[in-house]
Amino acid sequence: MNKRLMSGNAAIGEAAIRAGCAFYSGYPITPQNELTEYMAQNLSRRKGCTFIQAESEISAINMVYGASVAGVRAMTSSSSPGISLKQEGISYLAACELPAVIVNMSRGGPGLGSISAAQSDYFQATRGGGHGDYRTIVLAPSSVQELADFTGRAFELADKYLTPVIILGDGMLGQMMEPVEFTGSYPEVLPVRSRALRGAKGRASRIVKTFTSNPAELEELNWSLYRRYQLIKKDETTCETYMTDDAKLIVVAFGIGARIAKGAIKNARAAGKKVGLFRPITLWPFPTEKLQELEKTCHNFLDFELNMGQMLEDVQLSLSDKASISFYGRPGGVTALPDEILRVITRIYHQNGLDKIK
Amino acid sequence: MKVVYRRPKSLKKRAYHYCPGCGHSIVHRLICEVIDEMNIQDRTIGVPPPGCSVFAYHYFDVDMVESAHGRGAAVATGIKRAYPEAIVFTYQGDGDLAAIGTAETIHAANRGERLTAIFINNAVYGMTGGQMAPTTLNEMVTTTTPYGRDIKLEGYPIKISEMVALTKGAIYIERTAVNSPAHIQKTKRVIRKAFQAQIDDLGFALVEILSPCPTNWKMTPIESWRWVDNVMAKEYPLGVIKDSTGTKSAD
Repeated sequence: MNKRLMSGNAAIGEAAIRAGCAFYSGYPITPQNELTEYMAQNLSRRKGCTFIQAESEISAINMVYGASVAGVRAMTSSSSPGISLKQEGISYLAACELPAVIVNMSRGGPGLGSISAAQSDYFQATRGGGHGDYRTIVLAPSSVQELADFTGRAFELADKYLTPVIILGDGMLGQMMEPVEFTGSYPEVLPVRSRALRGAKGRASRIVKTFTSNPAELEELNWSLYRRYQLIKKDETTCETYMTDDAKLIVVAFGIGARIAKGAIKNARAAGKKVGLFRPITLWPFPTEKLQELEKTCHNFLDFELNMGQMLEDVQLSLSDKASISFYGRPGGVTALPDEILRVITRIYHQNGLDKIK
Repeated sequence: MKVVYRRPKSLKKRAYHYCPGCGHSIVHRLICEVIDEMNIQDRTIGVPPPGCSVFAYHYFDVDMVESAHGRGAAVATGIKRAYPEAIVFTYQGDGDLAAIGTAETIHAANRGERLTAIFINNAVYGMTGGQMAPTTLNEMVTTTTPYGRDIKLEGYPIKISEMVALTKGAIYIERTAVNSPAHIQKTKRVIRKAFQAQIDDLGFALVEILSPCPTNWKMTPIESWRWVDNVMAKEYPLGVIKDSTGTKSAD
């Protein structure tokens, strides 16, 4: 065991370098600056690697697009308002079937919002975010260790499915320091994607494009993306369940929200209440089937988010009419504490008569 | 029989979609001739924009990647930094480079990115049907300045090349035109010099080309060629705007 104490933002940077990330471009925005700074410090001087502080978020994502076209593993990061600016580029990456990793250390919104942690970018992240009929894989870590682990996984998924992958963290995960262990050493040779644009040497020239004046051709691209998304849904959906086997009430929460909820659930268990946790790790694809499985043994669900109920829609779409679904949310960058969630859990537990069911 | 002209190797055998009298096809051919002469076809990557020249990838027989509107300099930066052996050029119109992509252009230039920007100035948005461009001349009628561009309301024709020249990273900037055989020959030499600046690892190079758009100017091709000399070149004087390459001039 070789654990290091690191902030979440720095841990992503270290994990990205170990994953063979050769290109990073970013623009200052709180609460993710430590990641940009980590890459300036540690990526910029590595052989074959590039760090650029871009003039805007739009430029940063388009530089990543260019680096991805040239075949290297590329990453950018930002926080909510900056991620909005990147959506144009993310749509192009999806359309051109180019891998990239985009980190969103989200903060309170809408507008400039606040710099406090929030989960209000769930819709944006899971519904594509930019224009057009596309999705991005969305990973939602809930600890610094997971930020590190999911960064490597994000690069692998991006390369495997030729798609942008979003790591949806939040200001708290980015700023908090925890012990973290890194698996894998620094790559001796940086990976280069096949079919990269590197000049038509010994092969025909290649075109990477999205525009076509032929709607049928564009429809086929959309179908092709759709088929890939179906494959991703089938093979890459992940979630965590915690004490759900005998649970009468299951809290559904993601990211830092799930971590807060877990504290409340432990206290609820200590008070004799059978409460469990269902945590989607991939927000897209959403682990619908696993949640449906839980409904076979549990009919009461509490969706908790640091927003006004965005994942709630996916929960409602997953569960049947027979399930009782409650919601509790704190938007705008306000963080609910475990005691607060425990009070909500206790209220619902009693209101739904769960303490009377054997 | 002596061969005086042949299709450049880097130019695909495909009929242009451009309007009669348009400057794009001339510039495409010139770039391809330069690529052939410099023997860089197998390491050149082109970055065309949305707009009339979005289909540039149908004509250039080199690796090409479409950029989002205005983002050419950022995309090209990513390519060049990730793979410095490539010779990367952007191909951009006036709306693309001088309006929506102003920031990307100026900052790529300021960083001294080893890129070659080919900037087509025809004073209108062509593909979208002839709206006012940042480079539209004073009193010029477009579909969004139906009473003529009013500098009190719409501001002045922008001199983006001169602005870019203020950055220290910009090493070579010259304005040319493609409205006469002499100007076309000159333009080719300027394009070559702008590619050479990149090969020599000197900095950012930009070639602004005054290019006729008879369709949106509502002129015949001949009238449009004359208009470039008589009106456009008065606002946008031809010649070297900046040359810190230390190499000989393109004349």
